[in-house]
Amino acid sequence: MFLITCPFCGEREESEFSYGHEAHIARPENPEKLSDAEWADYLFMRKNTKGVHLERWVHTAGCRRWFNAARNTHTNEILAIYKMGEQPPKEIKAMIEKGKTS
Amino acid sequence: MSQSHRLMNGGRIDRSKQIDFYFNGRLMSGYEGDTLASALLANGVNLIGRSFKYHRPRGIVTAGTEEPNALVQLERGSRTISNMLATRIPLYEGLDASSVNCWPSPSYDVMAVNGLFHRLLPAGFYYKTFMWPVSGWKVYEHFIRRAAGLGKSPEEPDADTYDKMNAHADVVIIGAGPSGLSAARAAAATGARVILVDEQTELGGQLLNETFEIDEKPAADWVADVEGELMANPDVTILKHTTAFGYYDHNFIGLLQNRSDNVAYGEDGRTRQRVWRVRAKRVILATGAIERPLIYSDNDRPGCMLASALRAYVNRYGVTPGKRHVIFTNNDDAYRSALDLKSAGAVVACVVDVRKDPSGELVSRAIEAGIEVIDNSAITGVLGSKKIRGIEIMKLTDDGENVTGKPRTISCDTIGSSGGWNPVVHLHSHSAGKNTWRDEDGVFVPGDTLQAEAACGAANGSFSLAQALNEGDFAGIDACSKLGMTAKKRPAVGKATADVDETPWRTLWYIPTTKPAGQRGKHFLDQQNDVTVADVQLAAREGYRSVEHAKRYTTLGMATDQGKTGNIPGHAILSAALGQTIPQTGTTTFRPPYSPVTMGALAGRAVGEFFDPIRRTPMHDWHEQAGCLWEDVSQWRRPWYYPLEGESMQDAVSRECLAVRNSVGMLDATTLGKIDIQGPDAAEFLNRMYTNAWLKLAPGKCRYGLMLGEDGMVMDDGVTSCLGENHYLMTTTSGGAPRVLAWLEEWLQTEWPDLKVYLTSVTEQFATLQLAGPNARDLLSEFTSDIDLDPEAFPFMSWKDGTVGGIPARVYRISFTGELSYEINVPASCGLSLWTDIMNAGEKYGITPFGTETMHVLRAEKGFIIVGQETDGTVTPIDLGMDWIVSKKKPDFIGKRSLSREDTIRDDRKHLVGLKTADPAEVLPEGGQIVAATRPEPPMDMIGHVTSSYWSAALDQSIAMALVKNGRNRKGDTVYVPMKDKTIACEIVDPIFYDPEGSRMNG
Amino acid sequence: MTKYSIFSLLRNAMGYHRDWQQAWRSPDPKPEYDVVIVGGGGHGLATAYYLAKEHGITNVAVLEKGWLGGGNTGRNTTIIRSNYLWDESAFLYEKSLKLYEGLSQDINYNIMLSQRGVLNLAHNLHDVRETQRRVNANRLNGIDGEYIGPEEIRKLVPIINLDPTIRYPVLGSSYQARGGTARHDAVAWGLARASDARGVDIIQNCEVTGFDIEKGQITGVQTNRGQIKAKKVGVVVAGHCTVMSDMAGFRMPIESHPLQAMVSDPVKPIIDVVVMSGAVHCYVSQSDKGELVLGAGIDAHTSYSQRGSLHIIEEQIAAVCELFPIFSRMRLMRQWGGIVDTCPDASPIISKTPVDGLYFNCGWGTGGFKATPGSGWVFAHTIARDEPHEINAPFSLDRFSTGHLIDEHGAAAVAH
Repeated sequence: MFLITCPFCGEREESEFSYGHEAHIARPENPEKLSDAEWADYLFMRKNTKGVHLERWVHTAGCRRWFNAARNTHTNEILAIYKMGEQPPKEIKAMIEKGKTS
Repeated sequence: MSQSHRLMNGGRIDRSKQIDFYFNGRLMSGYEGDTLASALLANGVNLIGRSFKYHRPRGIVTAGTEEPNALVQLERGSRTISNMLATRIPLYEGLDASSVNCWPSPSYDVMAVNGLFHRLLPAGFYYKTFMWPVSGWKVYEHFIRRAAGLGKSPEEPDADTYDKMNAHADVVIIGAGPSGLSAARAAAATGARVILVDEQTELGGQLLNETFEIDEKPAADWVADVEGELMANPDVTILKHTTAFGYYDHNFIGLLQNRSDNVAYGEDGRTRQRVWRVRAKRVILATGAIERPLIYSDNDRPGCMLASALRAYVNRYGVTPGKRHVIFTNNDDAYRSALDLKSAGAVVACVVDVRKDPSGELVSRAIEAGIEVIDNSAITGVLGSKKIRGIEIMKLTDDGENVTGKPRTISCDTIGSSGGWNPVVHLHSHSAGKNTWRDEDGVFVPGDTLQAEAACGAANGSFSLAQALNEGDFAGIDACSKLGMTAKKRPAVGKATADVDETPWRTLWYIPTTKPAGQRGKHFLDQQNDVTVADVQLAAREGYRSVEHAKRYTTLGMATDQGKTGNIPGHAILSAALGQTIPQTGTTTFRPPYSPVTMGALAGRAVGEFFDPIRRTPMHDWHEQAGCLWEDVSQWRRPWYYPLEGESMQDAVSRECLAVRNSVGMLDATTLGKIDIQGPDAAEFLNRMYTNAWLKLAPGKCRYGLMLGEDGMVMDDGVTSCLGENHYLMTTTSGGAPRVLAWLEEWLQTEWPDLKVYLTSVTEQFATLQLAGPNARDLLSEFTSDIDLDPEAFPFMSWKDGTVGGIPARVYRISFTGELSYEINVPASCGLSLWTDIMNAGEKYGITPFGTETMHVLRAEKGFIIVGQETDGTVTPIDLGMDWIVSKKKPDFIGKRSLSREDTIRDDRKHLVGLKTADPAEVLPEGGQIVAATRPEPPMDMIGHVTSSYWSAALDQSIAMALVKNGRNRKGDTVYVPMKDKTIACEIVDPIFYDPEGSRMNG
Repeated sequence: MTKYSIFSLLRNAMGYHRDWQQAWRSPDPKPEYDVVIVGGGGHGLATAYYLAKEHGITNVAVLEKGWLGGGNTGRNTTIIRSNYLWDESAFLYEKSLKLYEGLSQDINYNIMLSQRGVLNLAHNLHDVRETQRRVNANRLNGIDGEYIGPEEIRKLVPIINLDPTIRYPVLGSSYQARGGTARHDAVAWGLARASDARGVDIIQNCEVTGFDIEKGQITGVQTNRGQIKAKKVGVVVAGHCTVMSDMAGFRMPIESHPLQAMVSDPVKPIIDVVVMSGAVHCYVSQSDKGELVLGAGIDAHTSYSQRGSLHIIEEQIAAVCELFPIFSRMRLMRQWGGIVDTCPDASPIISKTPVDGLYFNCGWGTGGFKATPGSGWVFAHTIARDEPHEINAPFSLDRFSTGHLIDEHGAAAVAH
């Protein structure tokens, strides 16, 4: 069970949260213009990264607020927490880039 | 029976407190402070049970948790426990234990016949046989299953209860031996919140078994001093008789605390065991080490023990395990056992040392004490089967791989062997910590970890007392300093008195005999699962080269002890067989739990009524008294129907249905989800979430809405009302409420943070009374003067505020039954009184309470869907024939794009239709599958299934709804529902059976 | 291959079992194969076996980054059944069950198929309705299965708590008598031995680090043991499938979650059938060694750690104690975790991919073990013929574009 730092409430047990899956998937502006395959990409295709993964959580049993997290899915280490609408910290982006090339 | 093996004095037992207990029905006695194992040994009993496969007689090997053999069935009936370690059961008055896996007794066991066929039972024999005839395995398996298993499952529900505790700590220290106590003392001095855990009933760890001195005093005094100090510190929690069973991500630790040593748990209202769920900022592993046995021929005979166990029994329990002892060792430490036995007056026949010319300080002391030391020698045979009569020893060759010379026989009844010590790295491994091989003494020590964790003392591969004390102290200081905590005054570190230097071990994983392994006696690695050296060698020979393959093929390390003593020697044997090093071979991963954990304790209080909370409406008790039957709808419990005495379900439901259709009925609709939606963008938000248009709904009006997933499939439905400008109340299905609220929040917060909309669940703030039937208006009018019920003033699909029965109320005129219907919402606390008042006043109309079943029948007569019954996550609104609610004008809403995918625009999708049985009296089975044409035998092509089916009392016929391929274009067709015993013909019809114009609910 | 039988066992016993052959060789990889299978779990080995047996393609390598059968094949709760709702699933799993029924003899390795029956319990009226729907569909698809009430459940599992007043009372159950369990390791080992005997190279400790793709056509794989050329490559790596699809340059609708299982200490026979419950989230059987084999639900978060959370175990055990109050004093002996590849519709993908000659078999989620031989059989067909068999045609990757999902979420009582 993870220890997750809700950006609004502080450190809480994982059981207070719900997992929100991959972060930064924007809903297409104009779905009607997409092909079935493009729409399927938005609907179903996921990064499922092994390594630094950007994901969403919601503090269901607390403030009910959504937020983002960067977590290493191999070690389960939570590397950063940032709010909805924000981009991941620079060092996280650097780690992700590094992971792609290594 | 007298305690024939009990010393006159010494040990930590209280000879003034005799305890009587039973073993295999025989009355024996021991003393307070004994374990079952020490008490049995004191009584001269060392034949405890039989082994898993060969049913060989087995005795006590160790004095601790690593015990592979001494398993017992503890107690009987509702308090019985299988496969308990005799070495870990504190003795209590009346304890009743018996042997496992033998019949009729451990001395005379019928299944020991297996031993005669042992050569047919090598590792994995069952993979190679029992394949003929094809159906034969079922028969063989029956007998194999009966022979397998050790103890017995309880056959009655547990008489005890369990609970849980959540805790946080700065430092959790696991193990209260010298290093753990040192660490606790150092950490506590900084003001840190410390939890100190030990599986034994008293602190001290290995010190309890030794004759060490610390600070010039017996170690026990030092332990008592430290314990006193820690007890006085309010920030320190000491948990004795508590096992840290698992170490999980983010420094989360599971502890199992035994709350009573006695089987009479709970009699004082206490729980038997407690699971602690601890989150630690830092963890210190002071878990010590486990002695590893030497693997010699027939090393499983009762009386073959660990060397350290011999002195544990002498020093701690005042028991000599045998009458004549032999120590067999590759190291100096085992000489302590010889010395301690000797000084307690026991007979030590000799020490057999595999090393040439051992020369350490302890060796010299043994020789000085008159103990014969036989060097460069190996035990090549053990004489006797249920009891040892002696050993045969031979000289080792220089490489240690063979024996040479003439065998010598030495008489003895007990052997204590020592092959060195293995750090207990299990918890370190649980949390993905790596282990590092230390070649000089052949041990795995804790390596890199992701956790905020450190190991110290023997757990860290530092085996001397001085090292343990110092490393523990350092670990305590270091853990706290990493948390920014330091001590004003550092406590003194215990000093080991007269610590001796030890000379190196001679690592010899396999003790040879004159023949290859398996051909002269058996060299057991895993005694509980009867895995031998020959088995592991066979696995390697057959290509099961990975350590995991060898483990699984032989079952090495898969018994209840999880290989605590046998794994490392086993992996070494495998490495040798493969001609590679041990680190090349690697080890299997240690998995939680460290030792078995009671399932009831893991469940804790979440059993029975607390398994999952039941949600009850304010009118729950009324329904109960009215004799309703209940239906579980998600966590809610709803009245299903209210049978009168002697009524069948069908009678009751028909009566309820007719009451609503002909006069008036009342349903408790409190469970429907209610979400209060406010904000300037509320209408826009609804417009995006629902399939239909919401921008123009006026205050006072209600509208039905259908919500889709982004995949276009129906997810939920309900009526939403406009309560005022920028203010709405959404209702959802009873089961869907939490999911819908989460869904709405997700979109608002993650996709459309620009929308100013605020959601609040108000489901439980209101009691909802649904009054339905032609007399509903007349009855309601008796209760309100400020709500104008005139149909012109208060039409269908609108709502009004006012008072009902003097209670502030909001009344919605909506209908799921197809009748004139009002949903009266009052504060939850007033629900019961209003319900009761209306029921009383309604008597003149024959008001009838109705439950979910009647509601389902009535809505089905009207062709209204139930999400989850007519839908299953694969159904679109178009499939349901509800295209009228899917806006063609809105540019977008959630799920819209998915409705135009290749598969969703197919015209032969399954459509919602009605079914009319050829025989109107025949009610179709719900879940019945539909075919267009029957065949005498399966397979048959299915074109759909019956989603809802009822007897309609109002129509005096059966009605059903179904999803049928291309169903809307098949109206009038005859289709069939083939059941096991008959086939039912029916006609596809429109799904609206009753009042298709809606004049009743609109009236 | 030496035939395994009681006679060969007797013969070898005389020689202290020193003359047994290796069950499979440990060859070095050849420079080129007709087909490379990535992933040496049950599904990959079954694919290799049926490529050789059914299609005569024997120049095949199975590349396994660790030890064969070390992924979900060796970590599951070994339940086998075929009573799925939708036709597509039913045909696939039934094909597999039929292959299982002759597998021990076919591969001359006792996989201990134990058709002791599988119960999927219904705890509320919705469950009952859906269970009956599924059982009716099974029957019309020619798959054994029936709906039984509490009294018949009692006969099969006398120790289950049938008190109607408990929180989630047992109202009924589906019962598939041909369902049961098999020894998971034996399935992997037996298939490995039988494939090896037909010439397949099984190469362990060989990790694929990249694909060689020329003009949209696969030409080989890069591994930690060098390049291996291949005309066709089949990927069957469960939780790691998106790691592979990333290398190949396309996206998959898969997420990898931890799934935990556990066993109790071994006891004498106490439960003879497999009991599964979706509503209270648990499944229980007893192994031939006597351990209760228990499964939990997945952790909500994705992870490649092969570790799950304690709270999932606690919930699972509470469910076991609720259904079987007598197990409260039994003790949990070992727990472990696997990485399951979950698909949006809880059905697998057995499919061609955007790269010619590259095939993926994944998305089995929590229920792949029961499909092992069937999955290999259809995947071998797909690879050999470069087109799916009619059984796996519906399980293509493009169903996510067309929307033709095979959604077993709502339908299966439990997705295992």
